[in-house]
Amino acid sequence: MIFDDYEKPSKLMMNLRAVFGRAYPRVIGVNREPSWLFFETFLPLLTVAAFVYFYKALDAPAQYIGYVIIGGAMTAYWMNVLWHMAAQMFWEKEIGNLELYMIAPISRMAILGGMALGGMFTCTVRAVSTILVGVLLFGVTLSLPNPLMFIGIFIFTMIALYGMGMMFASLYMLWGRQAVHMSSLMTEPIYLISGFWFPIKAFQNPEILGASKGLWLGTIASLIPITLGLDGMRQCLFPGTNDGFLPLWIELLALMALSVIFLILAKLSLDYMEKLGKQEGRLTMRWQ
Amino acid sequence: MKQSGGDILAIPAIEVKNLNRTFKTKAVKRKSKAEIVKALQDVNITIHQGELFGLLGPNGAGKTTLIKILCTLLLPSSGQAKVLGYDVDKEAHEIRHKINMVSGGETSGYGLLTVRENLWLFSQLYGMPTKIAKKRIDYLLKVMGLEHKKDSKVRTLSTGLRQKANIIRGFMTNPSLIFLDEPTLGLDVNASRLIRDFIKNWVKEKPGRTVLLTTHYMMEADELCDRVAIINDGKVLACDTPANLKKLINQDTTIKLEIRQVQDLSAFEGITGVRSFTHSHNITAGITKLKFILDDDATIADIVTAVPKSGSKIVSVEKTEPTLEDVFVTLVGRSLVNNDI
Repeated sequence: MIFDDYEKPSKLMMNLRAVFGRAYPRVIGVNREPSWLFFETFLPLLTVAAFVYFYKALDAPAQYIGYVIIGGAMTAYWMNVLWHMAAQMFWEKEIGNLELYMIAPISRMAILGGMALGGMFTCTVRAVSTILVGVLLFGVTLSLPNPLMFIGIFIFTMIALYGMGMMFASLYMLWGRQAVHMSSLMTEPIYLISGFWFPIKAFQNPEILGASKGLWLGTIASLIPITLGLDGMRQCLFPGTNDGFLPLWIELLALMALSVIFLILAKLSLDYMEKLGKQEGRLTMRWQ
Repeated sequence: MKQSGGDILAIPAIEVKNLNRTFKTKAVKRKSKAEIVKALQDVNITIHQGELFGLLGPNGAGKTTLIKILCTLLLPSSGQAKVLGYDVDKEAHEIRHKINMVSGGETSGYGLLTVRENLWLFSQLYGMPTKIAKKRIDYLLKVMGLEHKKDSKVRTLSTGLRQKANIIRGFMTNPSLIFLDEPTLGLDVNASRLIRDFIKNWVKEKPGRTVLLTTHYMMEADELCDRVAIINDGKVLACDTPANLKKLINQDTTIKLEIRQVQDLSAFEGITGVRSFTHSHNITAGITKLKFILDDDATIADIVTAVPKSGSKIVSVEKTEPTLEDVFVTLVGRSLVNNDI
């Protein structure tokens, strides 16, 4: 019979299926709406180009063009975490999907994990195209003497960054519209302190903040995983430039630690917010 | 709580004891006080496995709140609610494996995905192997007459077709208990009938399958439900089979009166012996339909006498058997249906 029981999958397999299931619309969305691809790749290049020409006009060292390209590529992930990952649970509630996710017998982390995986896929398309344009149009030369370190830095940046996105997602889920304004608030300041367009070591320059204050600001900014991720990747791709904030292995260890911390915090905040939402009835209340 | 073998069907599908749920509404202005709304008040209901149970009530009666508590989306303020033997608060995860929910007017899923893709996505939340999921989806698409739309994007579907897809989403996981919150809301006659027939057959197919249905449509509840609870202002006013509920007012007389050119309905108010009356206007035909529940036949004469006073003329008078709608009107004091047709 069509509805005969089947062998129930293990808890891990159930959650993995949920991850892939939830990732699917994001991956498919790019194919179904090719215009997204244009807006996601071409428009951000304009900002990148502006910084490239700015540095060229100032006769900045050649690696700065490369820093901008990497910063531009990583912007995709940061915007994805802020606008699609963190705010997604809120939007899922608005469109009526959250209830269905909440009554499903899976971990809420699997839902968020699926969103993260799908988001990473679409962002990688944009990031790769930004780097390709950088190499082809602006003549940036990348070298990779330590590919394992680069892969490690990238992977743990992604885990920590999307872990942070998961944590925000649970907060946004209950705080509603006010929380969405947080995304606006965090966009530009993080561009500045995380060093999307320049290495954060520059803060230590005596003409900017000085060694001590620059170090403090960099340390605080390092709580946002993209800061160390950007710095680490730049150190890997442009070796010998002496613009790194911390030694690479420390950055890798810090990103590993941030990955664990953010995933744990995400799980705890999600559990807490779900309980609070069930008590106050806000899990299913729209138009907040 | 776990039981096995033959005992499983002995566990009530739903057991609600002294259930209360309040909501605190936020004050818009700082100086005004927050309001406490009692959505459910001392609700007691037991629904057995294999039952098709209906919850009838006007908007804001507490039906959806009750369903959300039973679906583990909301916690009770006090009292106890168990689903298939599991506590909704402490054992929510065990419940979620066995239930599903479909709401009327639901706009779930992703508009960019096709019907089949959306259904597959939701099957993955229940860990269903893709091969089995696709078989079930294809089967249900056929049963629901949605096969021709399987590769259409969800955002291109009409309300009726989207609701059929929602019904498939709820049933494809083969839940032991399904919550249907106004599943035929806004659907045309054919689509509603198809869904009602599907629900009836689904319950019959396997012992123990249970449905908790909320509806505004009395005829739907009468046709589908083994038992019905009438709920108003968060309280259960009556709970029994439709036949037994009708017996509550069986000794009363129910008459339908059609009148033309009515000017003043107040002529029918305050007539001794009238327990309740409802009316609906057919504006295009210029006819007003009145339905009276009377203590006895003697009052019919007083009603007929009141017709000229209302400035109208009698088109027809008919004595009828009580319906679930009449029971509802008697208990709640007002009708669920729209007064103007």
